[in-house]
Amino acid sequence: MEASKVIHAIYTDDDVLMSAVKAVKAKRFHIEEIYTPFPVHGLDKAMGLAPTRIAITAFMYGLVGLTVAVTMMNFIMIEDWPQDIGGKPSFSYIENLPSFIPIMFELTVFFAAHLMVITFYLRSRMWPFKEAENPDVRTTDDHFLMEIAVNDNEEELETLLKGTGAVEINLIDKAH
Amino acid sequence: MYKFSNKLKTFSFILMILGALGVGYGFMTSHKSLEDVKLMLSEEASHHGSGHGDSHAVDHNNHPAKASHGHESAHGHEASAHHGDAHAEHVMHQIHNRPWSALYVAAFFFMMIALGVLAFYALQFASQAGWSPVLFRVMEGITAYLLPGALIVLAIALFAGKHIFIWMDPEVVAHDALIQGKSGWLNKTGFAIRGLIFIAGWFAYRHFSRKFTKAQDESDDNKNYIKTFRISAGFLVFFLYSESMMSWDWIMSVDPHWFSTLFGWYVFASMFVSGITVISLITIYLKSKGYLEFVNANHLHDVAKFMFAISIFWTYLWFSQFMLIWYSNIPEEVTYFITRIEDYNITFFGMVVLNFLFPVLMLMNADYKRIPWFIVMTGVVILIGHYLDIFNMIMPATVGDRWFIGIPEIASVLLFAGLFIFVVFTALTKAPLLSKGNPFMKESEDFHY
Repeated sequence: MEASKVIHAIYTDDDVLMSAVKAVKAKRFHIEEIYTPFPVHGLDKAMGLAPTRIAITAFMYGLVGLTVAVTMMNFIMIEDWPQDIGGKPSFSYIENLPSFIPIMFELTVFFAAHLMVITFYLRSRMWPFKEAENPDVRTTDDHFLMEIAVNDNEEELETLLKGTGAVEINLIDKAH
Repeated sequence: MYKFSNKLKTFSFILMILGALGVGYGFMTSHKSLEDVKLMLSEEASHHGSGHGDSHAVDHNNHPAKASHGHESAHGHEASAHHGDAHAEHVMHQIHNRPWSALYVAAFFFMMIALGVLAFYALQFASQAGWSPVLFRVMEGITAYLLPGALIVLAIALFAGKHIFIWMDPEVVAHDALIQGKSGWLNKTGFAIRGLIFIAGWFAYRHFSRKFTKAQDESDDNKNYIKTFRISAGFLVFFLYSESMMSWDWIMSVDPHWFSTLFGWYVFASMFVSGITVISLITIYLKSKGYLEFVNANHLHDVAKFMFAISIFWTYLWFSQFMLIWYSNIPEEVTYFITRIEDYNITFFGMVVLNFLFPVLMLMNADYKRIPWFIVMTGVVILIGHYLDIFNMIMPATVGDRWFIGIPEIASVLLFAGLFIFVVFTALTKAPLLSKGNPFMKESEDFHY
């Protein structure tokens, strides 16, 4: 269950944020979420998030793209309207394979890239006209925000966070 | 400081002795006279039934059509009078060429590893890479083989002469208008001079970069580092030109009628990926012996990423060269691939599996790039694949369909592998394994993925 009270600690540097995350994790506090203006390298590992599975989906999307390319070209170029490719009228997919390889490659990449981005958006619950979830607009500019659950230990947390270089610490009552 | 263990030293000597014996055996058994070859051919014909003999004759009739094939066109001219004799003579030449070609392929393969590593090393300096300085001494050790290796390649090429390079045979050139037209470039003197210029340029860079990085260890400013940075950038320019011309001279000219405009790039991709693979193999070996304590899985991960990426790059170039020639189907171009697909089917397509499919599937997963035995396994396959790549570049022109990977080929690999191990590991003992003066060393040691 989500805690009803959270602390928002705001940082202005990604390196300071990284060491703060390590310090907070070392004290076994629960970090709910971190909002950053850009991806911070290694943050997911420092937070202890589970590794992403998007690479696996990308591989599968690539296979789908490859299959689409092969099926499509086999139908268009060989079955439906047999083509004389490069002066070699063999009308066989495998014998004309070299001329199909660039398209097989392109569609593999096309499917993997586009479907991966769409998957990422859906998984992150982002779609057109969606209202922004970040609690502070400055996290879209040059500030980093760490959200930590509070369970009657705000004083201990505040001293810890001040020591890690937070420029601002706010206690927020989350209204659900 | 690294100490060359006696075990490894003995191992390298055993390789060299076994290799030398095998190479000697290859030369002894290849001394077949025309009579022997005729006997052999008739035996082969009776073994395979009469049909095979016929197909040989038919095949020979077709040779002028595939005229760009150096040896065959040469013998095609003489063939009109005595078909059987000419064919036997042709086969005899191919049998004589085999030990030379085997020696040349192996010598080139190990030279190319050292040259690829030298280019990689220069690239690390020129781009001021922060992850790689912990591996610089390993790379410097490998590039120590470049000078002896390249001189050996050049010596074999000049010594073998017409056994590898048909255009070095004045008899052939006299009957071949196309080679005559190219004789301004393809002549023995020019070949030797160009070769020596390439080698001198490569060696000069290797010598001075090594000298400066060693001096950098002792100094307290970055002057030597800046000098290395400058000569690295200059070397890369020289390298791209010299490597491209070297690949025309030392490889492409074995088929003097045929040419490909991206051949230099293609050979470069092969040497680059082989060199990077050897860096990772030697690093893993040294680490297993308790050296290189500052190298960790993050550095291996980056080297493995290069193995993965350059394997794909190699495939891209291999396919670009193949597809354009296949598609346009111009006789003097396409004969190159017809020979390879008809007579070398297994090595030609097999190497695509070894050099592309295998590394792509094995090294795709990020976690696998950090597991030493996984990198070793993939690396060995990549090296075998790129040996076959060089094999496919040379052999079809020199031995035709009389090829086999037997004692001459394997012994040549052993001979140069032994020499390579001896030279490289001797060079590794000459300097501390950490080039501590490099200004990026702290970044490299703390590097994490």
